[in-house]
Amino acid sequence: MYKVAVIGDKDSIYGFASIGLEIFPCDDPTEAVRKIRNMSEAGYGVIYITEKLASQIETELDVYRERPQPAIIPIPGVQGNTGLGMRNVSKSVEQAVGSDILSDA
Amino acid sequence: MAILNVNPTRMELTNLKGKLSTATRGHKLLKDKRDELMREFIDLVRENKEVRREVEAGIAKANQHMAIARSVMSDESLNVALMLPMQEMSLDISEKNVMSVNIPVFDIQYKTADENDIYSYGYSFTSSDLDDAVKALSDIMPKMMRLAEIEKSCQLMAAEIEKTRRRVNALEHVLIPNYQDTIRYIRMKLDENDRATTTRLMKVKDMMLEEAHHYSEREQ
Repeated sequence: MYKVAVIGDKDSIYGFASIGLEIFPCDDPTEAVRKIRNMSEAGYGVIYITEKLASQIETELDVYRERPQPAIIPIPGVQGNTGLGMRNVSKSVEQAVGSDILSDA
Repeated sequence: MAILNVNPTRMELTNLKGKLSTATRGHKLLKDKRDELMREFIDLVRENKEVRREVEAGIAKANQHMAIARSVMSDESLNVALMLPMQEMSLDISEKNVMSVNIPVFDIQYKTADENDIYSYGYSFTSSDLDDAVKALSDIMPKMMRLAEIEKSCQLMAAEIEKTRRRVNALEHVLIPNYQDTIRYIRMKLDENDRATTTRLMKVKDMMLEEAHHYSEREQ
């Protein structure tokens, strides 16, 4: 049985608590890295992370890309959409194909 | 032309032929695997982008409602309203094997029987915008789970495709040509040895006949 977590700045993730996700308010990148490491070992299947926070710890998140769990998914926060999530998808395409053949631009 | 460091013997030749046929079969299989993975991957990535767009739009909407709710309610009352969630969500993760890549399949489970039981507060002290925000998030939740599932699958498949592609290329451009060249080299060498033996035998025969019958003296 796996759990689902949301990590990011408090304002962006507060609402998720009401629909049954565990929230971890966090603004500091090093703190976030530590929390994600703990979570990956504590049986979290999916971790949603705000794009703002994700952009600060991208190298750390790359470590989890090839592991079966957890799935770390960037979501837009209250500051708006930075496009990081889409870039992540493009990154997968680039890794697999060699160049991003599915980009809209 | 790169030749492996082997002795040009018949035994090596047989060995190499075996290796070459294994390599060729492996190459074909891996190429099929790569093509099939790629096909699945492209479909998945298309869906991934689609779902991500929807999720991002949904979250943006929820955030708008949330911002309004925050502006009309005090921080304390908002905190109190969301402090003790009714719902608890957990996941069952099973795995599906697609061309030897184990991609996750999520199965969402809720603590309470009614999954619409999302409002963790009475309605008297909260703004209706908070209801909207929570509702919007709850509506987008299945999509978010699907997004997590697909995005993880994409990442895993991308890694596997990259690996397979490297293997295919290594076989196609290095291993197989090397084997072919070496086999040709050994075959040439053996043929050359054969010809050398034949000529030597002919020469020896000539010499022996000369010894016995003294042809050259008789001609004079």
